[in-house]
Amino acid sequence: MDLLRFITAGSVDDGKSTLIGRLLYDSKSIMIDQLEAIEKQSKNKADGEIDLALLTDGLRAEREQGITIDVAYKYFATPKRKFIIADAPGHIQYTRNMVTGASNADLAIILIDARNGVVEQTRRHSIIASLLNIPHVVVAVNKMDLVNNSQDVYNNIVIDYAEVAKTLGLNDVTYIPISAINGANIVEKSEDFPWYEGASLLHILENVQVENDINHTDARFPVQFVIRPQTDALHDYRGYAGKISSGVYAKGDKVTVLPSGTTSAIKAIEVGGKEVKEAYAPQSVVLHLEDDIDISRGDIIVKTDNQPAVGNEIEVLLCWMDHKPLIPGNKYLLQLNSKTVRSVVKEITYKLDVNSLQQEAFPEKVGLNDVVKATIKTASPIAYDSYKKLRTNGGAILIDETSHVTVGACMIQ
Amino acid sequence: MSQYKTDYLDQLESEAIHIMREVAGQFEKPALLFSGGKDSITLVHLALKAFRPGKLPFPLVHIDTGHNFQEALDFRDELAEQLGERLIVRKVEDTIKARHLTEPKGKFASRNALQTYTLLDTIEEFKFDACIGGARRDEEKARAKERIFSVRDEFGQWDPKRQRPELWNTYNGRISKGENVRVFPISNWTELDIWNYIRREKIDLPSIYFSHDRKVLEHEGQLVAISDFIEVEPHDKVSVKRVRYRTVGDMTCTAAVESNASSIDDIIREIVATKTSERGETRIDDRVSEAAMEDRKKNGYF
Repeated sequence: MDLLRFITAGSVDDGKSTLIGRLLYDSKSIMIDQLEAIEKQSKNKADGEIDLALLTDGLRAEREQGITIDVAYKYFATPKRKFIIADAPGHIQYTRNMVTGASNADLAIILIDARNGVVEQTRRHSIIASLLNIPHVVVAVNKMDLVNNSQDVYNNIVIDYAEVAKTLGLNDVTYIPISAINGANIVEKSEDFPWYEGASLLHILENVQVENDINHTDARFPVQFVIRPQTDALHDYRGYAGKISSGVYAKGDKVTVLPSGTTSAIKAIEVGGKEVKEAYAPQSVVLHLEDDIDISRGDIIVKTDNQPAVGNEIEVLLCWMDHKPLIPGNKYLLQLNSKTVRSVVKEITYKLDVNSLQQEAFPEKVGLNDVVKATIKTASPIAYDSYKKLRTNGGAILIDETSHVTVGACMIQ
Repeated sequence: MSQYKTDYLDQLESEAIHIMREVAGQFEKPALLFSGGKDSITLVHLALKAFRPGKLPFPLVHIDTGHNFQEALDFRDELAEQLGERLIVRKVEDTIKARHLTEPKGKFASRNALQTYTLLDTIEEFKFDACIGGARRDEEKARAKERIFSVRDEFGQWDPKRQRPELWNTYNGRISKGENVRVFPISNWTELDIWNYIRREKIDLPSIYFSHDRKVLEHEGQLVAISDFIEVEPHDKVSVKRVRYRTVGDMTCTAAVESNASSIDDIIREIVATKTSERGETRIDDRVSEAAMEDRKKNGYF
C-alpha cells in the first residue's frame, strides 16, 4: 500500500466540499457520530439539507461565514492506497493557503463547473499547480447533471482546458465528467456518461503512478542533526541524521559535503538503528563517513559526481504570504531544508498575474498573495537545485527576522 | 517500475522522524509530552528511531491529572526506566493547591481543563521552547487545521487565524521570547495507521487497550469505569463488562468499548469494522459543544 497526497482546488460553489464529502462518505471514512454532528448543525441552517462542507470547515469562523479559510487535511484509505487530501480554499484572497496545500501534493484535482466552463479561477488554480510543480492534474468537470450530461459541453471544456495545460506545460492531465452531488463517476463508474471511456475518479486516484515522481537519480541529504553519544562504548560514534530528500546512497559512495566542498566516502548507513547497504528517498537515515570532518546541521551531503549549484545569489519565483508588503532591500531569513541563512531581496523583476500569466515589470507594490520574480542574495553560499528539477531541494521559505513569521515561498529558478 | 519502493507506513515513519530531528536541530529546550497512551508511546518509539544510539535530546514530560489509569502510570514508569530516559511528572493536584484553583464538580468531574494550567507552569518551570505531542489531524476537525509546528503565545494560546504557512517539509520553528511551539509529528497518521504501525513494530502497550473485565456504569450509551473519581448514584446501572479502551485519557472522561479483542489483530479488525470515530466513541469531553476542541486549544490545551 502506498500514499497519495492530493489537493482539491475550488470553492463551495464548484462542489468541492461535496466532492470531498462524497469521497469520504462512499469510501466509508465518515463515521456515524461525525455525520450526526453535521446533521445537527445542518438543522441550524435555513435550508435544512445535510451540508457536507461542514465536514471540512473545522473552524468556527469558517462555519459562521460558510467559507473555507485555511487548509484542512483529511484522510481516507482504500485497500490500495492511503490518501491525504489538502482541502484548500479557492478564492484569490487565500492564494497563499492554496500554495501551502499544493507544496506537498502529488496530484491536483481542478474542479470545473460544467455550466461555466474554464473560468478565471480555473486558470489561477492551474497556474498555481504548475508553479508548485504538482506532477499530476485531474480536471473534474462537475455538475454534469445540470447540463444534461452533454458530451458536447464536456468536450468543449476539455478542448479549452487543453489550451491552458499546453501554455502552462502541465504534462499529465486526466479529464473526467462527474456529478459530485449524485456520486456519479466518483467511486463507481456511472452509466450517465456512456460516451466516457475513462475510469471513475477514485479509480484514477488509486492508480496514478506516483512512485516515479520521487527522484532516485540526484542524491541529496540535508543534515538535520549530528548524533554523538560520547559514551565509553560509543566514543567514536558520529552519525549524521537526516532524511534523504532525493536519490540513493550506498556504502562506499564518494560524497561531497556542501557548501564547504570537503570530500569523503560513506562508511555505513543506518535505518532505524539497523545497518543497510543502501538507502533511498524518502527514508530517514543516519550516515557515517570515512573521514572525521566538520559537518553540522544545514550542510548537505551529495554524491561527488552529481552536485547541485552552490552560490549566494538566486533567482526565484516568490509567493508573498504576509500582510505587510514585501519591500526590496529588506532582509529576511531564507530556510532551505535544514539550512537557514540571512538574505536580502535585491530586485523584483516582475509581478505575475496569477489569473492570466501576464507580467507587470518592476511592480511598485508587492503584497499578500502576489507572485513575483525576484533576485535574492544570501549572506553565505547555499547548495540548491532548480525547483523544476528537484522540488525537494529547490523550495525555500522566507522568514521575517523580527516577527519570525513565514512570509514567502520561493521556487528557485 | 522503481526498485525503491516505500510503503505508506515507512513514509509516515520517515516524516515523523524528520520532524523530531527538526525539533532537536531548531530548539534549545524541547520536551516530549508523554501520557502513557498509544499515540505518545508511538512517539517515543519514533524518537528512539530518530536518535539512538544517542540519548533522546528531550525529557519525557507527563502532566498527571491524578485521574489516570494506574495501568498507564505503571507502564509510563517502566518504559522510562527501561529506556534510561529522563521522566518529568507534574501533578494537576499540586497546581490546584498552589493556585487555589476550583475543582470542577459533577458526576464526571474532569480535570481536563485544569491540566492546561499545570502544562503551562511546567513549560515555564523548565523553559521549554518546544513540546512534542501525539495529536493527530484525523481526531477532530479543529485539529485538521493545525500546523505540524504550531506556535503558541505566552498563554499557550492557539490562534487559528495567525497560523504560519507551512510548505514542503520545511518547518519554521523561530519564536519570540515567551512563545513556544507545539509539534505534532504524527499529524498525518490515522487511528488505523497507528495500530498498523504498532503491529508492525511490535510496540508494547498498557493492558487496558486489550479486553478485560471491568466494573462500569452506563451513561448515555457510554461505559465509564467505576473509580474514586466519579460519583455513583443509586439509580446508576453498574455492571461488569468485558471492555477495552480505544483511547486512554482520564478515568473521568474516557469511555470504554465492549470488546473481546485480546490481540492487536483483533483490535485492528474491530477498528476497520467500527462506525464510530475514536473521539466520538470514547471522549466524554468533546460532547460539550461543536467547537469544544477549538476553544480548548485556543486556551492553551495541547
